[in-house]
Amino acid sequence: MGFYVAQILTGLANAGALFMVASGLSLIFGVTRIVNFAHGSFYMIGAYIGYTLMQTLPGAIGFWSAILLAGLAVGLVGLIVEVLVLRPVYKAPELFQLVATFGVILVIQDLTLMIWGPEDLLGPRAPGLRGVVHIMGEPIPKYDIALLVITPFVALGLWYVIARTRIGILVRAATQDREMVGALGVNQAWLFTGVFALGTALAGLGGALQLPKGGADLLMDFNILTAVFVVVVIGGMGSLPGAYLAAVIISVVNVFGVTFLPQSTLVLIFLVMVLVLMIRPYGLLGREEVAGEHGQVGEPEVPIQPAGRRSRALVAVGLLVLAALPLYGSSFIQVLATDIMIFCLFAASLHFLLGTGGLVSFGHAAYFGGGAYVAALLITHAQTPMELAFLLAPIGAGLAALIIGWICLRLTGVYFAMLTLAFSQLLWSLVFQWGDVTGGDDGLVNIWPADWLKPTTIYFYFSLILCVGGILLMRHIAHSPFGYSLRAARDSERRAEATGINTRHVRWMAFCFAGVLAGLAGGLFVFSKGSIFPNELEIARSFDALIVVFLGGVKTLAGGVVGGAFFKGVEEILTRFEYWRLAFGLLIILVVTFAPQGIVGSIRKIFDRKVETRS
Amino acid sequence: MNRRTFTRFLISGMVLIGLPLSAVAQESIKIGEINHYKRMAAFAEPYKKGIELAIEEVNAAGGVLGRPLEFIFRDDQGKPGEAVKIAEELISSEGVAMITGTILSNVGLAISSHAGEKEYVYLAAEPLADSIVWASGNKYTFRLRASTFMQAAMLAEQAAASGAKTYATIAPNYAYGKDAVAAFKKNLLALQPDAEFVTEQWPALFKIDAGAEVQAIERAKPDAIYNVTFGPDLAKFVREGTDRGLFEGRTVLGLLSGEPEYLDPLGDEAPEGWIVTGYPWYDISEGPGKVFVDAYQTRWNDYPRIGSLVGYMTVQSIQAALERAGSTETEAIRDAFEDLSLDTPVGQITFRSIDHQATSGAFVGRTALRDGKGIMVDWEYKDGADYLPSDTEVMQLRPAGQ
Amino acid sequence: MKRILEARGLTKAFGGLVAVDDVSFCVQSGELLALIGPNGAGKSTCFNMLMGQLKPTKGHVLLNGVEITGLAPRRIWEKGVGRTFQITATYPSMTVAENVQMALISHHKKVYSMRPFARELYREEAIDLLSMVELFDQIDRHCAVLAYGDLKRLELAIALAHDPIILLMDEPTAGMAPSERIKLMQLTTEVIESRGVSVLFTEHDMDIVFAHAHRIMVLNRGKLIAEGSVDAVRRDPHVQDVYLGGGTVFGREHASGSPYQ
Repeated sequence: MGFYVAQILTGLANAGALFMVASGLSLIFGVTRIVNFAHGSFYMIGAYIGYTLMQTLPGAIGFWSAILLAGLAVGLVGLIVEVLVLRPVYKAPELFQLVATFGVILVIQDLTLMIWGPEDLLGPRAPGLRGVVHIMGEPIPKYDIALLVITPFVALGLWYVIARTRIGILVRAATQDREMVGALGVNQAWLFTGVFALGTALAGLGGALQLPKGGADLLMDFNILTAVFVVVVIGGMGSLPGAYLAAVIISVVNVFGVTFLPQSTLVLIFLVMVLVLMIRPYGLLGREEVAGEHGQVGEPEVPIQPAGRRSRALVAVGLLVLAALPLYGSSFIQVLATDIMIFCLFAASLHFLLGTGGLVSFGHAAYFGGGAYVAALLITHAQTPMELAFLLAPIGAGLAALIIGWICLRLTGVYFAMLTLAFSQLLWSLVFQWGDVTGGDDGLVNIWPADWLKPTTIYFYFSLILCVGGILLMRHIAHSPFGYSLRAARDSERRAEATGINTRHVRWMAFCFAGVLAGLAGGLFVFSKGSIFPNELEIARSFDALIVVFLGGVKTLAGGVVGGAFFKGVEEILTRFEYWRLAFGLLIILVVTFAPQGIVGSIRKIFDRKVETRS
Repeated sequence: MNRRTFTRFLISGMVLIGLPLSAVAQESIKIGEINHYKRMAAFAEPYKKGIELAIEEVNAAGGVLGRPLEFIFRDDQGKPGEAVKIAEELISSEGVAMITGTILSNVGLAISSHAGEKEYVYLAAEPLADSIVWASGNKYTFRLRASTFMQAAMLAEQAAASGAKTYATIAPNYAYGKDAVAAFKKNLLALQPDAEFVTEQWPALFKIDAGAEVQAIERAKPDAIYNVTFGPDLAKFVREGTDRGLFEGRTVLGLLSGEPEYLDPLGDEAPEGWIVTGYPWYDISEGPGKVFVDAYQTRWNDYPRIGSLVGYMTVQSIQAALERAGSTETEAIRDAFEDLSLDTPVGQITFRSIDHQATSGAFVGRTALRDGKGIMVDWEYKDGADYLPSDTEVMQLRPAGQ
Repeated sequence: MKRILEARGLTKAFGGLVAVDDVSFCVQSGELLALIGPNGAGKSTCFNMLMGQLKPTKGHVLLNGVEITGLAPRRIWEKGVGRTFQITATYPSMTVAENVQMALISHHKKVYSMRPFARELYREEAIDLLSMVELFDQIDRHCAVLAYGDLKRLELAIALAHDPIILLMDEPTAGMAPSERIKLMQLTTEVIESRGVSVLFTEHDMDIVFAHAHRIMVLNRGKLIAEGSVDAVRRDPHVQDVYLGGGTVFGREHASGSPYQ
């Protein structure tokens, strides 16, 4: 009995920092609709700043004020980030802010490394709270008890601010209806800034508060991110009590997972997430999204047109130049081009979903990595001939998309996005933990193409044909009745359904189609690299593709491809330098600020304006 | 920001503006070095410093084969796919003689597979995975550092001598952790057939729920605990374990826990009395080991970590292989690596021809506190050659024809 | 006269609230039937049940004598029912012609066709429909920039694309200036009569109703309180009671108008 009580207390103590970080994310999302990928980074700098302050401020008072000050300092950083980076992009298509926050992650990573150095920092102990107390014979660290007490107070404090103050009323109003707040005569920009600062301050507070249980290190930004997303999603996006409940559930489930299923803790968490979302699609305490405002808000896309003669000629010339690459490029340039083409195909497949279908998938890597794993597993365990394994990669990915899509498409908007994320994480954790079959994180190696495909130049042409073919096929389909039906479902589900279009089915088919093409990209990838590891299924992979699509321009047909080529090309150049993450992050932020329509969208705008002034 | 970090800031700013990491020198012998300089900065930086020290020494002494030695350092972001691409570039465009590097095993495995396919020599310096030279071994891959199996075997020997009967293991839930536990079990059961494993804990890498893990282990009441966690996980585990009295009266064995990279961040909370593998540079008082420590401290004004030692030995190994090969041709280097013996700061090592594993050993000792810092005492250098499976076993582990 | 669309005992309860209570009526071929009633009378609920957006709690809907109760909107559409919405529903990212082409593509069962170009498919038919609603000069404009009245016409063209036997129009003139309303309603009547389509529509503007409807039904608090010719309903004291407590408002512009003015 004592054991269980102790485990529950441990779980509750763990829930503390998690809740603070998650509530910040939830708050920011609820009001500003920003999915703040950089939230883990604020948590990380909270820990670092807290550490530094604890070194200088003496005693118990110093310790606790260091935690508070760390929260404040991080809130200030959040405020600056919001004003400088996010404010310019509020008018941009929904979710474009993702890209900006991604830039922020990179910048913060390098700055933290510069300021605090590479070594892990062990968090200072809380003065007076070293050691344990015995509860039912079980030792419980005193600091755990402190956390147990503090967290509900923070939660109550937050609840008070939200439920009882004018600011809170505005925040709640904004969560439900943003136009309404504008109508009330409130400066929406400053409300957003304030909420963002509050949310990041909470993340910083969480980071500083966990110091006595751990410390500060450079990987903690990403390490907490998944857990935080899981909590926010299970609790319900925008719901603070939900975040608290979910943080407790996740922490307690985790604690008992450690005891009874030590091998499967990762899978367990994502399984809980998938189950909750399938039963309560909007999270435990979340509200149904009033308007499915994703993919296409703001200025509507202009009608698509087949490429004109001039652009066709341009593309043809470009393709010729690319196809002639082996004549003038080194073998490495061919390998690099192959890499970029594969990534472009992957990004374009997501872009098809996102742009044409208005379906934001946060877990598209599941099909890229999934396809790659299908091929690699067949080669490793069934000695399948390479050609067959390659063929089965897109088919396998398509099947996965068929099943996952069918379940996820019951939801819309951000909840759809979150469920796709949950499934891709489930797949990732399965691959990661099922070491006997998948090799775990040591992956599957020696997955090479058949002999006739081995020469670099041949593989380059093989990839060229399939990638360009795949991308053109998607473009082709965007112009076909099916592509139009998909856009129709995106533009107005009501109208589409009232004119005989089965919107869910159309979307489902599109989801599968995108899955097949992502799987094709995955198949090409695995045979070009000769190995596959779980990181190709990871959340970071999915986000790469998302960022690229937004960077290129969602409301354009070429966005995914152009964004992909730009991203990979710049990355290729910048990673040769020491502080490439800083440079890359700043570059992304610049692009985001000056080209909020994405690269293609903004170029087209400039071009249109020129045409207008000329005529 | 103190003055040193500010200078670092300035320098890095300059580096950022224009200077690629490699400087171009003519007719030098180039070696490609791929690593996770940013993602695993705490490990990669000392490693790189070790390499740079060795290169300076080699070039000051006239280089290799009469040519200066040059390393091209490239960051792979810790992504296997990127690493393979960079390897391709280094081999085909930069004209490097061979490739070395990586800390993470999965990146090492990716490059190793690529090396086997594209036929160039890859010296896996730091990655520990057994499969690099065994299950996934190939003709062109060699490994310098004592592998997971070897270090686990050293600890198993200590465990068997401790008299403990029941064991708990805790290891990060990924390939390295699983290998480390499997190797420990295998070696321990060979030495002490009645040893019993009462619980196995598998926290997710860098996401340990230390309080719960400690409770779960405590509940199983083992005589001894075998720890494989490292980095931030280790810090949390040690803290919770100490607070909750988990380590009291128990034998604790810690794989790699004595390495400065892991022990130093723990400061005065470093555990005492653990039996660990590591690198006690502070107490090496004579011989080539001491020479290296001094040279390193003079050059960098910093003390060496295990990574520094590995980086230094990497350059030594490559130098020896190139000299033995007498050329920079892949096949010549490959042949030269087989049965290559050289002297290093830890003594003589040999790259075995049977599985391409070097016989580098490890320091095994007990942790203690001195001046508010964790150190290793009563340590002894164990030669890696004594902790490898029999040749017949190795032949079975390695794919045929490699 | 042939019964085209028939409702029998249609009832919809939301929890304890009965929004539509045992409503029965039928639309006969070639007829323009208006369904009127004050706000909250249950008109939209009624419409949504006819069109499949809502499942009735009780009762049946029959089309040409065949049961269509509870079918999905797209199935009902397939059987020949067209619909326009109170707040227009069109595809803002497409051109005017493409909006209609989309309905034609669906009608010709080409939704899953992957052969481009959709923009060339059934364009002639779409242009014919658009000419009929007097949008010929705007066929290649971006739908998002259309004036509201033009969007209403566009919707009419879309709703007629699959040659429906009956059209359900929810507030066809809502949100338009009075002069435009009359024009649009005239156009609608002409088009409908020329194609022999029956119409069931709801409307706030009593001028429109009295000028164009063949027959009127009055709904109040979920119940049908009157039904009959324009004159009969206009004189019905019950109906006058319901509308502004007996004041004679009919004949003037109705005060409550539409929410879009």
